Amino acid sequence: MSASTRSLLPRWAADVAQPVVALVIFVALWEAVCRVFHVRAFLLPPPSAIFTDTMELFGPVAMHTLATGETVLLGFAVSVLVSLPLAVLITASPVIANAVYPLLVLTQAIPKVALAPILVVMLGSNELPRVVVTFLVAFFPLVLSIAAGITSVPPELIELGRACKATRWRELWRIRLPYAMPFVFSGLKAAITLSVVGAVVGEFVNADRGLGYLIQTSTAFFRVPLAWGALVLLSLMGIVLFQIVVIVERVFFPWAVDLDKQTV
Amino acid sequence: MGFRPLSRASTHPTSGDSVIVLERVGKTFVTRAGEEVEALAEVSLEARRNEFVCLVGPSGCGKSTLLRLVAGLVTPSAGAVSIAGSAVTEPRADTGIVFQAPTLLPWASVLDNVLFPLDMMGRLDAAGRARARDLLALVGLAGFERKYPRELSGGMQQRAGICRALVHDPDILLMDEPFGALDALTREELTIEVMRIWRERPKTILFVTHSIPEAVLLADRVVVMSARPGRVAEIVEVNLPRPRDFDMEARPAFQQATHHIRELIFGSRHERVH
Repeated sequence: MSASTRSLLPRWAADVAQPVVALVIFVALWEAVCRVFHVRAFLLPPPSAIFTDTMELFGPVAMHTLATGETVLLGFAVSVLVSLPLAVLITASPVIANAVYPLLVLTQAIPKVALAPILVVMLGSNELPRVVVTFLVAFFPLVLSIAAGITSVPPELIELGRACKATRWRELWRIRLPYAMPFVFSGLKAAITLSVVGAVVGEFVNADRGLGYLIQTSTAFFRVPLAWGALVLLSLMGIVLFQIVVIVERVFFPWAVDLDKQTV
Repeated sequence: MGFRPLSRASTHPTSGDSVIVLERVGKTFVTRAGEEVEALAEVSLEARRNEFVCLVGPSGCGKSTLLRLVAGLVTPSAGAVSIAGSAVTEPRADTGIVFQAPTLLPWASVLDNVLFPLDMMGRLDAAGRARARDLLALVGLAGFERKYPRELSGGMQQRAGICRALVHDPDILLMDEPFGALDALTREELTIEVMRIWRERPKTILFVTHSIPEAVLLADRVVVMSARPGRVAEIVEVNLPRPRDFDMEARPAFQQATHHIRELIFGSRHERVH
């Protein structure tokens, strides 16, 4: 306590400064290694080249970023819309659970990279197969964590609901789903990260734009710094989207964050 | 274990105004493995209006099952459970239940937690809100209405749990080891508190506990149960004047009652630690 109050920076500034300093040192070392050892740009481009090559094509790169962002968000939205009712159905009846679980495992056993070209033939050369691949990559952990949350409600709370003559619908909306929120959000955090992966897989197979497409075309033409730039943008996109989910949880479900901390 | 005949004289009906009546109730559960487990057998019991009845017995004697039968959360395999003359087939609006853990909703304020049963029953109105605030004041939680469960101590959470059980003004309060998860001091404090609430808002209370002194201090009658399957071993009348407090533990009547109950539960065990 006294040690941190005596330091030069306030606590939050120190929390921000430490990783930033580490990142700056890492980038500086990278740049230095490339210059000192004259590493060829197509093997490992220096950060400065990545930056200048990417900024040179600012307009097109922004267009590609938006295209990928659209696929990620659509795939993520479909994942949420499908996972929630699916998890409710699975937990509502053992018969449905028995019937659906093998199918779910099957969708996870299929290598999505192998499935993507088949989907393109099935669904056409457009946004649809990319969104479907994104959904298939992202939805599974979300279903599992929502289902786990719905079934983790303490039996006393269910008894309380029954003692108050709550209908099954009210039990679901007023007890089970709110109780499942910390689980839902850990599933959402996994799903948003996987959505970025899924979108890139979709773009590798069939796309005329997007950061995945940009990586493929630029490496084909040995414009490796540009491919690295696309990679950095993809990582940033993943981090930003993940943080948005974290912030939504903190703002709208603060008690869920507290429960998270208790269980960890 | 040696066989020991038990007196059943006091299980017979005592008066006409019994609110809760259990007649030769049995409950058999089927486990996941398909085995049948007999939790309760031949349990006959009555509770008079505004009587404080405690259930004590070793773990596995089915006292929580008995409470859930009265609550209508479990249906009997044999015999009948009735409240105020009508058979209990489902949860009723005239019973309230307090669990071992406070099990408050973490996302709702203390007031909303207390109002939760009314909300579920679709009976949330101004009178209900007023009663909830009244109850919170009664248990010493005035000013905590807007707090969240995580901001309350375990004892305070259980006080809120008691308010929640009382908010729809039930005639019968069912308490399932309500202080089992609390520390000894908070436990004593809440025991006194429950007696005060019962004095100010008379109810028929069925109180499950595994603490013999707690049962004797609280109850008009203590139902002593034996295990596997759960049966009523004896019903012990407690002849202590009210209001009661923990100083009464020194009285001969208290000592006799606890000693007798201990003998009933540990019956044939005569070993002593020297």
